Amino acid sequence: MAMSSMAASSAISSPFITPKDGGVSSLSAQSSSSIKVMPKKVSKKIVSVMTPQQSERKPSTTGSVKTGMTMTEKIFSRASEKSQLIPGENVWVNIDILMTHDVCGPGSIGIFKKEFGNDAKVWDREKVVIIPDHYIFTSDERANRNVDIIRDFSHEQGIKYFYDIKDLSNFKANPDYKGVCHVALAQEGHCRPGEVLVGTDSHTCTAGAFGQFATGIGNTDAGFVLGTGKLLLKVPPTLRFVLDGEMPDYLLAKDLILQIIGEISVSGATYKAMEFVGSTVESLTMEERMTLCNMVVEAGGKNGIVPADATTFKYLEGKTSLPYEPVYSDGDARFLQEYRIDVSKLEPLVAKPHSPDNRALARECKDVKIDRVYIGSCTGGKTEDFQAAARVLLASGEKVKVPTFLVPATQKVWMDIYTLPVPGSGGKTMSQIFEAAGCDTPTSPSCGACLGGPKDTYARINEPQVCVSTTNRNFPGRMGHKDGQIYLASPYTAAASALTGFVTDPRDFLH
Amino acid sequence: MSAIAYSANTTTFSSTISSITPRYSRHQPPASIAFSNTPKQPSFKTLTLKKLQFPNTTISPRKAVVCAASSDAPGKSFHGMCYVVRDNIDTDQIIQAEYCTLIPSNPDEYEKLGSYALMGLPDSYETRFVEPGEYKTKYPIIIGGYNFGCGSSREHAPVALGAAGAPVVVAESYARIFFRNSVATGEIYPLESEVRICDECKTGDEVTIELENSLLINHTSGKEYKLKSIGDAGPVIEAGGIFAYARKSGMIPA
Repeated sequence: MAMSSMAASSAISSPFITPKDGGVSSLSAQSSSSIKVMPKKVSKKIVSVMTPQQSERKPSTTGSVKTGMTMTEKIFSRASEKSQLIPGENVWVNIDILMTHDVCGPGSIGIFKKEFGNDAKVWDREKVVIIPDHYIFTSDERANRNVDIIRDFSHEQGIKYFYDIKDLSNFKANPDYKGVCHVALAQEGHCRPGEVLVGTDSHTCTAGAFGQFATGIGNTDAGFVLGTGKLLLKVPPTLRFVLDGEMPDYLLAKDLILQIIGEISVSGATYKAMEFVGSTVESLTMEERMTLCNMVVEAGGKNGIVPADATTFKYLEGKTSLPYEPVYSDGDARFLQEYRIDVSKLEPLVAKPHSPDNRALARECKDVKIDRVYIGSCTGGKTEDFQAAARVLLASGEKVKVPTFLVPATQKVWMDIYTLPVPGSGGKTMSQIFEAAGCDTPTSPSCGACLGGPKDTYARINEPQVCVSTTNRNFPGRMGHKDGQIYLASPYTAAASALTGFVTDPRDFLH
Repeated sequence: MSAIAYSANTTTFSSTISSITPRYSRHQPPASIAFSNTPKQPSFKTLTLKKLQFPNTTISPRKAVVCAASSDAPGKSFHGMCYVVRDNIDTDQIIQAEYCTLIPSNPDEYEKLGSYALMGLPDSYETRFVEPGEYKTKYPIIIGGYNFGCGSSREHAPVALGAAGAPVVVAESYARIFFRNSVATGEIYPLESEVRICDECKTGDEVTIELENSLLINHTSGKEYKLKSIGDAGPVIEAGGIFAYARKSGMIPA
């Protein structure tokens, strides 16, 4: 065993990650058919001896399944009403939640109306969640019109969960307005273990943090779901990431996912599920798990998933009244590959321009002079992300040396910034720490400049500048200007870099 | 090092690992969400079988000339100059976020999306895909490297390419959502090459793609390249997307 794992790891650049192949890929056809035969015989026996055929009780829910399944496969199994599935099968899946927003909502609605008729009704007005969040605080007429379109549609259809904004001059005057959809989905209780959530946004995979299947889809597929509540999906094989070891207090989940993407590349998980387990993952908060799952799409992944546990259930308390049923990977589930990471040995990371897998140690980039820092987005704009940034600023007691933009993901995050105290600060709120450090005032919650957006978007990169950002992508032009250079980093590293004006390892301030 | 996770097939990993793990590998399986290149998928079979239940279907007006039953459109080919890009062309480079306020399902905005196609490419691409002031491209065929269309789920990306007048992309591999959106909309054929050809073709080369033979011919260089079959996705694209296909095949009423 030791020999073979060493041989395996020698093909990999990093000592902290050890891949092993579970052998689903090329052998799946062969092995699955031979495995399939066995349980059938067994279960027939049970049926004839024990009870008459029970059509209601699926083997996947009674535990009588003999071929192990991953949690992603189990979710597909339940949602497609099939007792056994293997990766590669195409199945019609019942959708629990469809989320759309102001960018792709209008197009999805257009397709829905064109295909199902002007008077058509959505399949379930309580399962469609519409969240304006992308291009909100702008004078761009088309962007404003798009919010009008999703509002009209929501009213016409009686959509139960539409988080409207009308007064663009003051977001606080809009009690229904939330902000970034993926964070709002979690905060409003739309993410539940075992369910299937699809959304017209690639970072819909964030919700996998709740032990559910969540993935991004296009307008046409969303139009289809609006009309039918179903979608044809292929069961993905699973890559399993076992993260063990005590997480050093200078690391955040962002470092973990940058480590993984750097390892497997921006296409290493294409079409695949990425399951995160291990003692480190168990110790992560929900928001940190969301960061981990948020960026699986940057590795090409179809979904990311973390088994639900006490942390999950605690988070969900009071957020949802709907029953849910968590699922877990079987002990004999088959994984395409398994990676093991000793988190205690990792160091703060960045992804250099212009690709999320262009990984480097933060300290290796200490000579990179930067022009600005951006803290925000579904990836790095949650309450704990701002807590982390505040922690570094507080520890240093210094002022930032470059413009530092703070864009809370949601209205709740904004409230937290202004009310929650920072540990060790003598009761100061995050906002007070940010102000004392000379950061820009936290702005209206939205996706902001993470994806560039209309020209007048707050903190958009309009010059060929260098930015350290807690966001998720750094392809050319992502935050606006084509020649802008984006270093993706954790909120710790972003705050540390703001303090020096160079890409900076947060240990310089935290120790 | 425990091996709890795999009760079966532990012996196989040494033989398959090299094909799975190399960094920046171009190992992506062909196009494999629901509309996969794999020739026979059970669920698709049932879709076409349902034809019998709804025999009275009228053919959707869009791109309706070719019959839906064949797996590859017979004799279909594309000819023209190619536009060559590199690896990891993400959706922001295909259509910048600021233009995503355009709604693809509105016909005039659809046209406009085409005029902005591939404008997000860095300035190192000296030739513009669509000339300023134009709505259509001179290059009906795009040739790329691996992981084409990575990034966001915006359907504006394949739509912009299709709207600009480029119905075909040939790349080494695709990001999942982009591939799916290409098929679902029927806007473009996301074809995969068997070898890396973006290094050997130049923007402006005259090329022909023969769908039936899964062949790309570069007339300028005189070289030919084998492509992977588009498989079951072919008829869906040919029909003009999933809705048109579903109607044509009787899966949903016309």
